[in-house]
Amino acid sequence: MTRLRNAIVSAIGALPFAAVVIVATTGQQPSPAPAPATGPPTAPSTPNAPRGPAPSLARPASPTKASDRAGFLQRWLILEPLKVPGQLTEGAVQALVKKEHIPESLTAVPKDGDVVHAGDETLTWHAVDTTAYNVNLFHFAYALSKPTSNVLFWAVTVVDAPREMPGVRLAIGSNAASVWWLNGQEVISLYNDRQAVIDDGVSPRLTLRKGPNVIRAAIVNAGGATDFCARFLDGHDAPIVGLIVRLDAGASATPRP
Amino acid sequence: MTWHPRLAAAALLLLVAPLSALDGEPGMHDPSTVIQADGRFYVYATGNGLPAFVSDDGWTWRRTGGVMQAVPGGRPGPDVLARGGNNTWAPDIMRVGDRYYLYYSAPGPQPKSAIGLLIGKTLDPASPDYKWEDAGPVVWSDGVEDSNAIDPGVFRDPGNGSLWLTYGSYFGYIRLVELDPKTGKRLHPERAPINVSINSEASIMIFRDGWYYLLVTHGSCCQGGNSSYNIRMGRSRKVTGPFLDNMDVDMLQGGGKLFAGSSGRHIGPGHFGLLALGEGVEKFSLHYESDLDRGGISVLDIRPLLWRDGWPVAGDNLTAGTYEIESARTGTALEMAVQGAPVGGARRGPGGPPPGQGPPQGAPPGTPPGAPPAPRPPIPAQEADQVGANWPGGAAGVRLAPYMLQAQQKWAITPVAGAGGYPGSPYFKITVAGTDRALAATAEAELTVLPAFNGGPEQLWRVDQLTDGTYRLMPKGVPGSKDALALSAVGSSTPTLAAFTPAGDRQRWLIRTP
Repeated sequence: MTRLRNAIVSAIGALPFAAVVIVATTGQQPSPAPAPATGPPTAPSTPNAPRGPAPSLARPASPTKASDRAGFLQRWLILEPLKVPGQLTEGAVQALVKKEHIPESLTAVPKDGDVVHAGDETLTWHAVDTTAYNVNLFHFAYALSKPTSNVLFWAVTVVDAPREMPGVRLAIGSNAASVWWLNGQEVISLYNDRQAVIDDGVSPRLTLRKGPNVIRAAIVNAGGATDFCARFLDGHDAPIVGLIVRLDAGASATPRP
Repeated sequence: MTWHPRLAAAALLLLVAPLSALDGEPGMHDPSTVIQADGRFYVYATGNGLPAFVSDDGWTWRRTGGVMQAVPGGRPGPDVLARGGNNTWAPDIMRVGDRYYLYYSAPGPQPKSAIGLLIGKTLDPASPDYKWEDAGPVVWSDGVEDSNAIDPGVFRDPGNGSLWLTYGSYFGYIRLVELDPKTGKRLHPERAPINVSINSEASIMIFRDGWYYLLVTHGSCCQGGNSSYNIRMGRSRKVTGPFLDNMDVDMLQGGGKLFAGSSGRHIGPGHFGLLALGEGVEKFSLHYESDLDRGGISVLDIRPLLWRDGWPVAGDNLTAGTYEIESARTGTALEMAVQGAPVGGARRGPGGPPPGQGPPQGAPPGTPPGAPPAPRPPIPAQEADQVGANWPGGAAGVRLAPYMLQAQQKWAITPVAGAGGYPGSPYFKITVAGTDRALAATAEAELTVLPAFNGGPEQLWRVDQLTDGTYRLMPKGVPGSKDALALSAVGSSTPTLAAFTPAGDRQRWLIRTP
C-alpha cells in the first residue's frame, strides 16, 4: 500500500519557496558553503511561518559538488518530513517504508521544488548543501516550521562515478533508524533509537556503475535531534574522496529491476 | 637432586600414544621448538633416536620415525659419545640460512653430558635430500664442573643476527655460549661460557622490544602427576644478562617470574618454545608432564603467547562455551540480524507512585502508602527457545549491535572433531546458542547465519588469540576464494571478511562469557 501518491507537480512555482525557507529571508544569493552555525534556527514570529535559515544548510549554488575531504556526500534532495508513528523497531520501520514509499521512486530523482501529496499533506523536495559532514534534519525541518519528532524523511542524491568502481561500500550514520537503497537495491538498514555515528551502517561490497548512481534513504525519527551522514569506502575501508554529486544527473539513471 | 628417568618415561608414553594420526597434543616429552618448513610443522622430542613428528596443520600430528635413522651410523658420532653418552634427549632446532641446525642432548652418567649438532637440508623424510650430518659436540660437561650440558635452546638475536645457545639442567648453571652461524658450533670456544641462571633446565631465549627474555623450567620432571615443573623467566637489556625477574631477583640467584604453571587438566608445564606465525600472531609450544585426559602421559601443547607490561603471558586456547563476540574496534557485539526482544520483556522503569501517594507498584494488597517497594524476582537469561519463534526459518544476516544479553547475540563456540585445526586447536563451529544456526562465510566474502551447520569449510572457524589478548576469527575457507580472510568490523554495525592486517582493531575481537 502506498500512502504517498505519485503526485510530483511542476517545480517551477515551488522553487522560490524552497529558496526562501532553506536559505534565508534576506533575498541575497546564499553562499554555497557558509560556516556552520552551532545554535538552532531563529525562533519564529508566527507559529507556522518559516523560521529559517537552517544554520548548517544552504541552497546549492553550483551544478556539482564533490564529496568532502573525508568523503562525505554534502548535497541532497530532502522531502519535508512526513508525520508517522515514530516506531523504530525493525518490523515497524520496514513496514513504514513499504507503506510510505513513492512508486518508482527508488531510482527516480525528484527535482528541487517538486511536491508530493501524502494523505492531506503536501510535501516539497528541497535541494540542500550541508556545511558539515552530516545533514542536520532537525535544522531542516525546524527551519520549515515542520515537525521534527515522529517523522519520516526521504533523502535522495546522485553520485556521478567517473568509472565503474567495484568493491566499494556505502557507509552511513543516522539518527534514528534508516533504510538505504543504491540504484534501487536495499543495501543498509539500521533500527532502533540511535545516534548518527560515522560509518555506523556499512553496505556489503557494491559496484558503483559509471555515471549516475542514485542513493535514496528513509530516516525515521521518534524525537529529539535527527541527522544523517553518508560516504563511500574503498576496498580498504578508506573513504573515497572527490566523488561528484550532481542532482540533475539522475535523469539518466536507469532503474534496476 | 636425583637424575630424571627421562628415557623410561618417553618409552612408556610412546607405548600409550598411537603412532599415527595424533589428533592434537601428541604424546611426547621435552619437545623442541616447533618449526615450520615447506608448509608443515615439525617437532622433535626425547627418546630413542630422537622421535620426529610432523603436522600439516599444527593440530593433527603423526610420527615420522627418528632423526638418528638419517644420521650415518644411526647414532651420535664418537666425539659426542666420548664427551657425553648414547642417550638422545631434549633437542632444539633452528633454520640458519639454507640449513637446519638440530641440537640434541647426549647425556652419559650425568652430569657428564654433551650437546651434539646435526645439520640437514630438509626436514621432510620423503625428500631425496633428507639426511642429517653429524657435526659433533658443541658443548659438554665433565661430570664435576657446575654444569650438566643437556637441554639446548638456540636463539637468533634479531638485532645483529648473532646466534646463541643456552643449556644446562639443575646441576650448576644454565650457561650461554655464542655460536658461529656458518658452522653452528661455538664462535669462541676459548672463552668460558656465561652463567645466566641456576636451579633450572630447558632454557631458551626470546627477544621483544629491546628486551632479552630467558625462559627456563623450574621444579621436578618425569614423575607424572607428581611433577612440579613450571616455566619461569627473567629479562635483560643484554643478551648476556643479568636476567632479572619482576622483583629484580637475578635468575643466577634463583629468581624467575612464573610464566606457566599447572592448570586445568594439565600438570607440569615445561620446555618453552616460540612459534611465531606471522602477522602478529605468536604462540608457544610446551609439554605437560601429565595430561589427566590422556591417562597422565606427557603431551605436547601449543598455546597463545600474550604480552602484558613488558612480559610474556601464557594464554589459553579457547574452549567450548557460550560467548559474546565483541568488536574491539566498535564495542558492539556480533548478532544474528533479527529483531531483538528485551530480556525479561518490555518493562516500565522503577515505577510506582511517588512516596506517600500510594502503595508501591506490585505490592501486595494492604501495603500502606510510602512502604518500601517489594523486591522484584530475578529475571532469567534470555534463551533462543523463548524468542526464536519469530526468527526467520532460512538464512539470516549478521550485524553488530550494542550487547543487550539477547539470545541472538550469544554464540556457542564448539570444537569440531575430525575437521582438522591449526596450531594448538581444532576448528570450531559458531552457532547461535541453543540452536544449530551456524555463522558462515559467503562467496561475496560477507557473513550469513545458515539454518543448520553442515561442516563445510565456510562454517569452520579458526580462533587465534592475539598477543594483546583479543582474538582473530577466520573461516577455514571462503567459497570461491583462496585468500585467508578474517572477521572484520567495517563499521559500528557491520561485520565482514577481509584480509588480516595486524595494525588496528578492526579485526580484533573480545570473546566474553555472557
